[in-house]
Amino acid sequence: MLLIRCPWCGDRDEVEFRYGGQADVDYPADPERLDDTAWGNYLFVRANPLGTLTERWVHTAGCRRWFSVVRDTATNEMSPDIPSRRESR
Amino acid sequence: MAADSNTSHEPGRLWRNPEPKSSYDVVIVGAGGHGLATAYYLARNHGVTDVAVLERGWLAGGNMARNTTIIRSNYLLDPSAALYDHALRLWEELAEELDYEFHFSQCGVLNLAHTEQEVRDARRRAFANELNGVDAEWLTPEEIAEVCPILDTSPRLRYPVLGATYQPRGGVAKHDLVAWALARECDAMGVDFIQNCEVTGFTTSGDRVTGVRTSRGTIGAGGVGLAAAGRTSLLTDTLGISLPLQSHPLQAMATEILEPVHPCVVMSNHVHVYTSQAHKGELVLGAGIDAYNGYAQRGSVHVIENQLAAAVELFPIFGRAHLLRTWAGTVDVTPDASPIIGPTPYENLYVNCGWGTGGFKATPGAGWVFAHTIATGAPHPLNEPYGMERFTTGALIDEHGAAAVAH
Repeated sequence: MLLIRCPWCGDRDEVEFRYGGQADVDYPADPERLDDTAWGNYLFVRANPLGTLTERWVHTAGCRRWFSVVRDTATNEMSPDIPSRRESR
Repeated sequence: MAADSNTSHEPGRLWRNPEPKSSYDVVIVGAGGHGLATAYYLARNHGVTDVAVLERGWLAGGNMARNTTIIRSNYLLDPSAALYDHALRLWEELAEELDYEFHFSQCGVLNLAHTEQEVRDARRRAFANELNGVDAEWLTPEEIAEVCPILDTSPRLRYPVLGATYQPRGGVAKHDLVAWALARECDAMGVDFIQNCEVTGFTTSGDRVTGVRTSRGTIGAGGVGLAAAGRTSLLTDTLGISLPLQSHPLQAMATEILEPVHPCVVMSNHVHVYTSQAHKGELVLGAGIDAYNGYAQRGSVHVIENQLAAAVELFPIFGRAHLLRTWAGTVDVTPDASPIIGPTPYENLYVNCGWGTGGFKATPGAGWVFAHTIATGAPHPLNEPYGMERFTTGALIDEHGAAAVAH
């Protein structure tokens, strides 16, 4: 079971959380201008890397807040998502 | 081990381990069940035998070795019933055709309903199956008890069994033996299996793929078929092809070897477990994916715990069994719980992926239609609805209900 660090509650077992998938998938700024391919990509296509993935979790059984972490999908090693470090990734 | 391997049940060598040639007419990536079946039907149906099947590990050592061997075709929608029942009809003749006993047992599959809504959905699915020529019937709890006496059909359960759909033609097969049977026949027809040969990318010329880059050098290819399951998108990413795949751990488990107690396959979507008893005697259990993406081939223990709780609730006698092993594979899940089989933007590159948690049952059917797609350059009528373009047109094949256990 993963041990996940909630930024507000600290280290908790995975069962307290729900997974939210890839982070930073924003609603298109001008959806009416998207063609079918771009809209399909927005709806259905997400990153599926072997390696680091910035992803969302929600602490459903705790503070119920959403947050992002960086996890290695090969090793499950997790680290906080710190915006100032994003450039180096 | 017997000193003379010829006296043991299995012969010593079923396929050669050749060095890769510099090029092949067709290169298939992945020597799992689908890759093997594709090579088999390329040779058998289309006379294409200059084929290499490249495998990063060992033959049938990925999801083909890790699934729970369930075979059924009782899907809701027309394209699914056609595809999966075609596979089931191939299963019914495959062992004889390959002259290899792989313990295909049509012991029947029960899909339980535990809520009023599930009853309505399940009966609708059984009616749809009948219209599509797929054997299916609705059983009451009393009738279920006759098919599977060890299942608790009493009202004492937290979620009592209200009924089930029953597909008598469904069942199980011994996955390893299926792979070896296909590999032996392919090898005899001239197919090269190259193990420990990881494909890392492609060589291209314009909108054609000219070969694959591998851990054992570049191998030229007239056509390339991907049958790489959870690692498919790692390959297509190198070409800038966006596939709607998410790779997840999927766990399963087996008990010690027991006397025959479990006469069929039982699947419960609601309490979330599926069970059967292997030919050798292990109880085999599985359920849904771990929620997060991952390539580690391991999952979290609470998923195992939940499945065992569900299994012991449904089958009180399972409480005395000892769990021996748990394991996980990496499955590639699509948004509509249906596979992607068809062409890509590269004119001689084809994908067979997105089978999620249910690819084993389709092994011969997937091989049949994928071989057709590769050999002719166009989809077989059965896989025409399964192209990647459905995620642009919106013509999804939503089988989340009939996929039986939530993806």
